[in-house]
Amino acid sequence: MLGFLFTAIIVLSLAAFYVGRSAGNRFVAENGPATHSLAGYHGAFVAIWVGVPALVLVLLWLLLQGSVIDNLLLASLPPALTDGVAPGRMSLLLSEIKNTAVGVTFGEPSPELSAAADTWARWNVIAGWAMFVVALAVMLLAGFFAYTRLNYRFRARTNVERFLSGFMIFCSLIAIVTTLGIIVSLVAESLQFFSMVPPAEFFFGLNWEPQISIREDQIAGSGAFGAVPVFLGTLVIASIAMIVATPVGIFTAIYLVEYSGRRVRNVIKPILEILAGVPTVVYGFFAVLTVAPAIREAGSLLGFATSPNSALAAGGVMGIMIIPFISSLADDALRAVPQSMRDGSLAMGATRAETVKNVLLPAALPGIAGGLLLAASRAIGETMIVVMAAGLIASMNINPLDSVTTVTVQIVTLLIGDTAFDNPKTLAAFALGLVLFVVTLCLNVVALTIVRKYREQYE
Amino acid sequence: MTDTSAVSVSDRPADVAARLRKKRYAADRRLRAYGIGAITVAVGLLGILIATLVLGGYQAFTQTHVRVTFPISTQNVDADDLRGSNWRAVVTEGVENLFPGQSEEVRGLGARILTNNTQFFVRDAVIANPSLVGETLVLEVPASDPYDQLNKGVLDRDLPENRRRLTDEQIAAYDIVEEQGLVSRPFNWALFFNADSRFPEIAGLSGAIVGSFYALMICFVISFPVGIAAAIYLEEFAPRNRYTDIIEVNINNLAAVPSIVFGLLGLAVFLQIFGLPRSAPLVGGMVLSLMTLPTIIIVTRNALKSVPPSIREAALGMGASKHQVIMHHVLPLALPGILTGTIIGLAQALGETAPLLLIGMNSFITSPPGGVMEASTALPTQIFIWADSPERGFVARTSAAILVLLGFLITMNAIAIFLRQRLERTW
Repeated sequence: MLGFLFTAIIVLSLAAFYVGRSAGNRFVAENGPATHSLAGYHGAFVAIWVGVPALVLVLLWLLLQGSVIDNLLLASLPPALTDGVAPGRMSLLLSEIKNTAVGVTFGEPSPELSAAADTWARWNVIAGWAMFVVALAVMLLAGFFAYTRLNYRFRARTNVERFLSGFMIFCSLIAIVTTLGIIVSLVAESLQFFSMVPPAEFFFGLNWEPQISIREDQIAGSGAFGAVPVFLGTLVIASIAMIVATPVGIFTAIYLVEYSGRRVRNVIKPILEILAGVPTVVYGFFAVLTVAPAIREAGSLLGFATSPNSALAAGGVMGIMIIPFISSLADDALRAVPQSMRDGSLAMGATRAETVKNVLLPAALPGIAGGLLLAASRAIGETMIVVMAAGLIASMNINPLDSVTTVTVQIVTLLIGDTAFDNPKTLAAFALGLVLFVVTLCLNVVALTIVRKYREQYE
Repeated sequence: MTDTSAVSVSDRPADVAARLRKKRYAADRRLRAYGIGAITVAVGLLGILIATLVLGGYQAFTQTHVRVTFPISTQNVDADDLRGSNWRAVVTEGVENLFPGQSEEVRGLGARILTNNTQFFVRDAVIANPSLVGETLVLEVPASDPYDQLNKGVLDRDLPENRRRLTDEQIAAYDIVEEQGLVSRPFNWALFFNADSRFPEIAGLSGAIVGSFYALMICFVISFPVGIAAAIYLEEFAPRNRYTDIIEVNINNLAAVPSIVFGLLGLAVFLQIFGLPRSAPLVGGMVLSLMTLPTIIIVTRNALKSVPPSIREAALGMGASKHQVIMHHVLPLALPGILTGTIIGLAQALGETAPLLLIGMNSFITSPPGGVMEASTALPTQIFIWADSPERGFVARTSAAILVLLGFLITMNAIAIFLRQRLERTW
């Protein structure tokens, strides 16, 4: 049905294009150079009028149809079904009705339920046909309207170009809308969370046990939402990653910029790019399968008690992941230092190492620092490696051989599986997400500002 | 009459200076050695990573099969009701054929050699060819996971019995089958053509590949036109003012937002507010397109920038409008660069896992999706599911799945590099 509708829109738009173009050709034949626009623009003008409004209408319709029908259905339900049902249970009731309508039932549904299911199925069919008819009507009306406007002096090109400009502006606003969407959705859910759990407990509490009781009177079922251990764990793992990646990345960059020849560089650079292109889930598997057991073995040989999902394994592998990131940003920063400074230092008799240490690194420092901040933000936001290799239980410790948990791990474990949006356990994930977003955003903004300022310095 | 003291700049004796120089040169060599060391570490780690995956995964590309002769007797199979027939009994008779003249006990053990789904294989084969009723059916049936490992040598026969997953009797039963020459190990096409399963021997990637394909198509359909349009506006039309600055900073920041935050956005907006179905490739593709959009905008802007101004000026000079200049001249010339960047952006999207977990694309689904609205997994989430599975056979499958994913990524990047070299013009 839907595929048919989209095909109809495309076919009718194409037809409109040919009709409009032939009208344009007629104007050119009759009026010659007095015609304002080329024939193709007449065609495009009619095609836009036929296709775009219908497409927008169908997309909006599809977005809203589900929830409109749900609400109408809930409003029309007999009181026998809805009386005394908590709002949270309504969605359960809805999915029960839908399952009944599709035929997935356990046991015989009650008559009210099957009646509601019939209503639901009937309304959906009606809505589908209504959409089809309305879309067709819109296409025909708009096409007719556009066609009647065509004449040899009609500014079809200007109109088409105006539409294109509007479309382009709309597209560049999508980036803003995305950011706003992120902020609004995170803030809205977080506010709801903070109405259940006081912010002071979340930001300063030392106990993170987000399990909520299933029964009201269950013992020890209230859940604790002190996020400090989670933040601490994130910090531990990100620090390990930075400790691993910073020296390797910076020394690699120094060698590639100052010492290596072109040929070595042309080999090493793509290899680093491969390292950067490996999906994080692969690194996660590597951490679980190879690195964590190796660290455990080494730990027990040396007589340390090592957790099977130690922070060292997750952090170390995350470090490998951000090596290419740091090295390429440090590489850019070192290259941006003008050749004259390098030549000056070498001409004074300094060795390469002294030039690097006393001239290049100080000059490139802002760029490198910006790169390190970006890398840190990436380490904090990295998910798959820690989900697979780090622990789940939040504890206040900074021992790298012990298991710690991170913000991203908690978000994933809280939200995996079916989620209801009315308990603090689910909403806590959004509060953590908000913290993560704000922290990484700050790091990114600072880093990008530093890098840009520094670039201007030498341009 | 020369004054030698004026010539000597340094007061240091020659031997001290030489020692100092030596030290400075040593420091230089040290820095160089650190650099080489760092590169060796990075390249070595990549080597270890790939070696582990290849060593762990290559065996999953073959699968042990056992040739079994099933008598399709009319006693067990009703030609009018093939689905409801007693296929379990047919399998039992097939197993009897594997162990001619052996005791009941050995046959009981031997039944486990075949995968649990054997009866469905037999059923499907007979349904596809109903004339087999009353005849015999010879079928290559996948061996179940422990025996597969035994045949591949992963399961060590020399280990003491209590540390093995198979007892001595079970191995003996397997050896009876092997001595008859019924065991083979062909290429594991099931890895590509089967969907997910709880039994590693018949689990495959087809559902994940199809799901990833749908999600990438959605991602491409949304982010490619939108990204190009946004980039053209920002690069060619936008006035330089505070608003366009905000948009620009925004896009750069969006490129650095952690991927899991996009997952939260998808969960809260696409699933919760718009009510789109969970686990659907449509939602996955929409979330991925939001993440790919900044990449495409940035590469498109760079590609547009690299088209020389003389082209624009010539077209403007011929009387073209600004839109015509861009649509007819600048954009076609920039297209190779845009395509290259888009493919690389899509390759990144293909490997993205975290946002897909949050919108539920990590469910256990045993058939490939029939459309973008049906529940499905994607390649990286399938890897995540398998990596979490306890069966030994899934370890090899996970590595193999990773190799398949890396294969796709390498192919996409190779296409991008090929396009860049063949089509891109330097001015």
